[in-house]
Amino acid sequence: MKIIVCIKQVPSTQKVAVDPTTGVLIRSGIDTKMNPYDLYAIDLALQIKKSTKAQLTAITMGPDSAKAVLKEAMALGCDDGVLISDRAFAGADVLATSYTLASVVSSIAKDVALVVCGKQTTDGDTAQVGAEMAAHLKMPFVGLVMGIHDVTTTSIGLTSDQGNQLVDLNVNYPAVISVSEKVGQPDLPSYFRLSQMDETKIKVVTLQDLDDHDPNHYGLSGSPTQVEKIFEPTHDNDHVLIHGSTKEAMDHFVEVMTSNHYFRGKDHG
Amino acid sequence: MAAYNKVNASDIAYFQRVVGLTNVYHTDDTMEDYSHDEMSIYGIFKPGCVVLPSSTHQVSDIVKYCDEHDLSITTRGAGTGLCGGCVPIHGGVVLSTEKMNQVISIDPFTLTAVVQSGVVLMDFNTKVNALGLLYPPDPGEKSATIGGNVATNAGGMRAVKYGVTRDYVKAIEVVLPNGQIITLGGDITKNSSGYDLKDLFIGSEGTLGIITTITLKLVPLPKMMVSLLIPFDSIEKALSAVPYVMQLPTTATTIEFMEHDVLVDAQDYLGKAFPNKDYPAYLLISYNGDDMDVIRPALDACMKCVMAHDALDVFLSDTSERQDAIWNARGAFLEAIKNSAGVMDECDVVVRPIDVAEFIRHTRFLMGKHHVRIRVFGHAGDGNLHVYVCKDNIPDEKWRGLVNTVMDSLYEKARELNGMVSGEHGIGHAKKGYLKEALDPVVLQLMKGVKKVFDPKRIMNPGKVVD
Repeated sequence: MKIIVCIKQVPSTQKVAVDPTTGVLIRSGIDTKMNPYDLYAIDLALQIKKSTKAQLTAITMGPDSAKAVLKEAMALGCDDGVLISDRAFAGADVLATSYTLASVVSSIAKDVALVVCGKQTTDGDTAQVGAEMAAHLKMPFVGLVMGIHDVTTTSIGLTSDQGNQLVDLNVNYPAVISVSEKVGQPDLPSYFRLSQMDETKIKVVTLQDLDDHDPNHYGLSGSPTQVEKIFEPTHDNDHVLIHGSTKEAMDHFVEVMTSNHYFRGKDHG
Repeated sequence: MAAYNKVNASDIAYFQRVVGLTNVYHTDDTMEDYSHDEMSIYGIFKPGCVVLPSSTHQVSDIVKYCDEHDLSITTRGAGTGLCGGCVPIHGGVVLSTEKMNQVISIDPFTLTAVVQSGVVLMDFNTKVNALGLLYPPDPGEKSATIGGNVATNAGGMRAVKYGVTRDYVKAIEVVLPNGQIITLGGDITKNSSGYDLKDLFIGSEGTLGIITTITLKLVPLPKMMVSLLIPFDSIEKALSAVPYVMQLPTTATTIEFMEHDVLVDAQDYLGKAFPNKDYPAYLLISYNGDDMDVIRPALDACMKCVMAHDALDVFLSDTSERQDAIWNARGAFLEAIKNSAGVMDECDVVVRPIDVAEFIRHTRFLMGKHHVRIRVFGHAGDGNLHVYVCKDNIPDEKWRGLVNTVMDSLYEKARELNGMVSGEHGIGHAKKGYLKEALDPVVLQLMKGVKKVFDPKRIMNPGKVVD
């Protein structure tokens, strides 16, 4: 049984510059880390691996430096990694990204049972790549998975957090799932394993390795999205320190909360 | 024991003239918070009144008045202490520094800050960090005041690399028990000019005078800290590795030890899982620096060292999410144990780092002998343990005697190992008896003599430390 986990290297800071012409994030020269949501995907995949002995492969798209997140995935317990790296893949939007990832899965892992993605990335934030991959691969998709049960080598029970309700369902392989952070606290990577890492377990895949190697389907040229404007969200970080006796402090607290509309005044019930 | 007058209406009227009507509390509901610290187990003591000055001159006027009218004064910061140090066991005036909360200056050029003693540690940290500076002392209780930290010589988790509060105090402005204002130390690095009275005040717990303004030393803020969570199959093996880690060329920023059960308490308390709790015991070792290229050689050396000394693996915490998950749990240990125990007693003895394992073995022995739950965690790098004896379902009538027996035995063990009563919490009134037992009688007499020189009428925080 084969499981693929899709992961991404993202900037480790919120303060990232954007290319004003292309709307693409300027990634060179900044500190990076694994997309935090992907850690939940790896954690869930490791739970499945525990009961099925599945082969767990992490895949990521990016430059050579993105090997760092593959190594981290292996230090967390993945068996091997695939770096999808080609100039032709650069500047991809959601559609081109999901198509590239789906092409890799169908080209190098035709017998895959499960593709596991994080809910979203912290740099793109679209939360669409998993679902679009499923569409390209013609596989069922279950989003926001927060738990598993009845894991076998032919099907898996999933609990999906649909916001106002939890949905329990059983899915036959192959399938694509995205994982919610509610799945639990991810484990830490082993620094010891990182130091002993066998880098030959990381395979590099280029455009030529894919069944569809038409460059127009990938990267910037395969991306219909037009970014009009990217801007940083504003953050309010005001704080008030309340002093005084318990009663004074509580009165002041209620006053602050009411005047900021967190509490309703008595007149409003 | 000196006889103190009780606070009366004319005293309150005077204090109101000095600090303003709203800055004197004298009713039961406004004074309740000031009648205990974080350990109500050591008693609730009602003040005669609570006075909240905002300047050194107001403090001086209050103290002078108390001296003339035989009123005792207990100075209080944020009230986060754990040994009753700021609690008015003889009633009288509680002088709260909570309104003396101004950061007077931060100078990045000379790496110096001047603060009023009521500045809250976390507020100060936010301000200095924003300027690319670090105030290294790192006590777990971030809502404590700097003045309280100085009065108890608070330590914290970074002591293994940076030292304790004492090492960062350059000067203090003090109001003496007769109301006189003096400055001890200075904005200088070296000082061989007579007895160091500044250092005498640090850790004196408000028994010699009132610290009103503090000049602090700062260091440049390292841009990142990376932690290694290192599992072992026993706490003894974890602690045995510590001396080898301490011998490495790069000094770790923190070396903490923790056991599986404490992690489970923290997890239950926070409702959030710890990133790894599959093993019986852990060391949590951190290194700081400006980037990974600087820190990586230290991490590599530490990993090699612990793997050669029985570590089962080495886990990496290198992102803000991971650091938050680990350090939020570590920061919640005290509250988590308190929450799980209902009532507890604690001690923060300090021994040589190589004796920590033996001390922990003794706590296990006491657990078995007295059928009581004892939780331990602490600073493996400096030998400072935090030991909590949990009441759980032990009946009230049995608890007091039992906890005293267990505490007596813990302090006896610390003495046997040539340790000290308190590493960072202080003595207050709760640990006074244990300090007396631990000190050479000659040393105790000298301490009492010091107290007498500064405070002949014993109006400053009576009944604390050696009084």
